[in-house]
Amino acid sequence: MAKNTKNYQRLYTKKVMEIFKNPHNYGRIKNADGIGRVGNPICGDVIWLYIKVGKNKKNEEIIKDIKFETFGCVAAIATSSIITDLVKGKTIKEASTITKNKIIESLGGLPRIKYHCSVLAVDALKEAIKDYFGKVKVWAKK
Amino acid sequence: MKKVYLDYAATTPVDPRVLKAMIPYFSKKFGNTMSLHSFGQNAKTATEQARQVLAKMIGASPEEIIFTSSATESNNLVLKGIASAFRQKQGQNRGHMIISTIEHPCIMESAKWLESQGVEITKLPVDKYGLVNPDDVKKAIKKNTILVSVIHASNEIGTIEPIAEIGKICKETGVYFHTDAAQSFGKIPISVKEMNIDLLTASSHKIYGPKGVALLYVREGIKITPLLHGGGQESGLRSSTVNVPAIVGFAKAAELCLKEMEKESKRLSRLRDRLIKTLLKIEGVHLNGHPQKRLSNNVNIRFDFIEGESLVIQLDLQGIACSTGSACSSMKLEPSYVLLAIGLKREEAHGSLRISLGRFTKEEDVKYFLKVLPPIIKKLREISPYGKKY
Repeated sequence: MAKNTKNYQRLYTKKVMEIFKNPHNYGRIKNADGIGRVGNPICGDVIWLYIKVGKNKKNEEIIKDIKFETFGCVAAIATSSIITDLVKGKTIKEASTITKNKIIESLGGLPRIKYHCSVLAVDALKEAIKDYFGKVKVWAKK
Repeated sequence: MKKVYLDYAATTPVDPRVLKAMIPYFSKKFGNTMSLHSFGQNAKTATEQARQVLAKMIGASPEEIIFTSSATESNNLVLKGIASAFRQKQGQNRGHMIISTIEHPCIMESAKWLESQGVEITKLPVDKYGLVNPDDVKKAIKKNTILVSVIHASNEIGTIEPIAEIGKICKETGVYFHTDAAQSFGKIPISVKEMNIDLLTASSHKIYGPKGVALLYVREGIKITPLLHGGGQESGLRSSTVNVPAIVGFAKAAELCLKEMEKESKRLSRLRDRLIKTLLKIEGVHLNGHPQKRLSNNVNIRFDFIEGESLVIQLDLQGIACSTGSACSSMKLEPSYVLLAIGLKREEAHGSLRISLGRFTKEEDVKYFLKVLPPIIKKLREISPYGKKY
């Protein structure tokens, strides 16, 4: 087993492989406050992110819950999983500042050719937050 | 952990009997075939014996067999060598070549390069099973056509092309016909005379021989320009010190394949068909390629809503080796052009898996694969946004 994992370090880091084997927070959130659906036109990977928004003690909006659904490669699944871990419980403001570099760094690196997967995860989160704010506006009008 | 290799179309292990035949030629019988002394002449004899075995296997004469380093080299030599010989004769007219849309990359890329040098290239489409229509070949042949090259059996989907019919058309119209038999040689009978093949590529490492050796059959009388110039080995068509141990191994490997061909083909077809039948019982699973006209060792299937690289790596974590035509697994992030050529959408090509069986595949290996696969499919579909359908 160890030998096998070592082979993959050439393609994927140990961290990526660990997450790929046991991804966190996958699935759907019913009545999500925001949904981000993005796809990569080049390779065909698709990430859907669902967020549930709550408030912390300072009355700031936070990402109370987050889940993903991904149709894609090892890198796409690993980046989806790690972004949910990175932003869960964070304020929306903090979550909005997450970058692809932060994701790549948290994974201990990604093959150059797979960098676009990390961009896809960031885009999915941005879309989900945008979707949430769009809904808030509609609620405010009502 | 149990290890199950199901990627024989990529490469095969060297058969112990082949290795045994090769070993003396690394040290004791190490001579250079060009040397006049006994060391050289012994090496020369071994090479010529190997040439005879391989020639006989496809119904050719030994003088018509050129040893090369790989099927890629053989295919490059055919396309570039024929184009160059034609140009020397014709001057301004660069000629026209016909290939299919499902050739191996070494044919595709050689054709692309020749196109940049002024050679006209026609790529013939295939049907949904990956078959080339011989009528299309007939229609595509023009006055300046110099070569038709169609793969004997697809390396990805295993479809066996109507080579004899295409050969007949080429013979009637006086156009050279080449087939890349890297995947079929040693697995199905080949007769260059009966099938009207003028040039043929075969490789050693796909048939339990060593890597680094292949052959090109060039029918007597065909003018071809070498890629490598030098000492004039291989009738001047391929200069380089002759790789004697590899050639000896190649011939031994071919001999064993020929001896065991019928029995092995039946055994593998049975395993293949059971595999296909069981896999198709899973929801959202489809077969790529032809149900009957396919290599006895090839299974190519696709799973809805799953990406191939994830699948291959999940299988590898359980000790199973397969391959995929998914864009994610390619260096260009492009899905397999072979799968696109048979009419699959990009997302369909995304979920394809090639399982290729071989000499050391046991029934229990197939059983293990069939036990391990369904939970992986289920999990990846749970992760996929589209997977809820199943």
